[in-house]
Amino acid sequence: MSVGLEHYLVLASIIFCIGFYGALTKRNTVVILMCIELMLNAANIALVAFSKYLAKDTVLISGQIFVIFVVVVAAAEAAVGLAIIMALYRNRKTVDSDDIDLMKG
Amino acid sequence: MGLDAAFWILAVVGVGSAVAVVFLRDVFRAALFLVLGFFTVAGIYVTLDADFLAAVQVLIYVGAVGILLLFAIMFTREARRGSLFNRLKMPALVFAAALLGIMIYTMTATDWGVAANPGLPGLQESGTGLTGRIGEALFSKDGFVLPLEIAGVMLLAAVLGAIVIMREK
Repeated sequence: MSVGLEHYLVLASIIFCIGFYGALTKRNTVVILMCIELMLNAANIALVAFSKYLAKDTVLISGQIFVIFVVVVAAAEAAVGLAIIMALYRNRKTVDSDDIDLMKG
Repeated sequence: MGLDAAFWILAVVGVGSAVAVVFLRDVFRAALFLVLGFFTVAGIYVTLDADFLAAVQVLIYVGAVGILLLFAIMFTREARRGSLFNRLKMPALVFAAALLGIMIYTMTATDWGVAANPGLPGLQESGTGLTGRIGEALFSKDGFVLPLEIAGVMLLAAVLGAIVIMREK
């Protein structure tokens, strides 16, 4: 059986769910950010697979354009997220998400 | 046939490195496995004829985001404690497994209406692959030029915001 659209979609689902599980359960905020990057990459795989397979004899280029925008937003998110984590570490000497409860009532 | 073999190798390495990111206790090694995962995703883009995106993936994710994460780990000195799980470990596992099952069932049961063997994409005669078409779609007036400008402004705002947040008071 040759590789088709479903293979790529199932691969994207598996990587997405692994990242989702990590983002829910990890305590280190840097690792949570890494898991979110995994989820974004999985969505990108699905987008590129759709852009190749959904039209006959051509490539739907807008799928790849969306991937470029997702990459741009992910880069901005990583920069701002890591800046927030380092500012928190400077003030509270921890990056543990269980200890960062400043806004908890 | 070679493309199929490449897909299977990349898929196994990619899923394995994703599992390693979540389950390794050493944060630094987890970040290095994340970089390996970024490389395999770039390879998967190559198997999908997205050569420009593969280059973008290596440049931005491996080159910028990976290095940024490694620097953040080194600055925050939390690596000695390792990356631990919180008390949601089991419920989140059940929920993620259920979500995975639903997603795989939906994706394999849906009839996407695709050609089993899609034809070769309309490659540019100059040999630039799809990159020329991506550029046309990004910069043409009836294409994505407005979102592109907004993305540029957003990047500027993100850089300024990161500097302001990080600055010593």
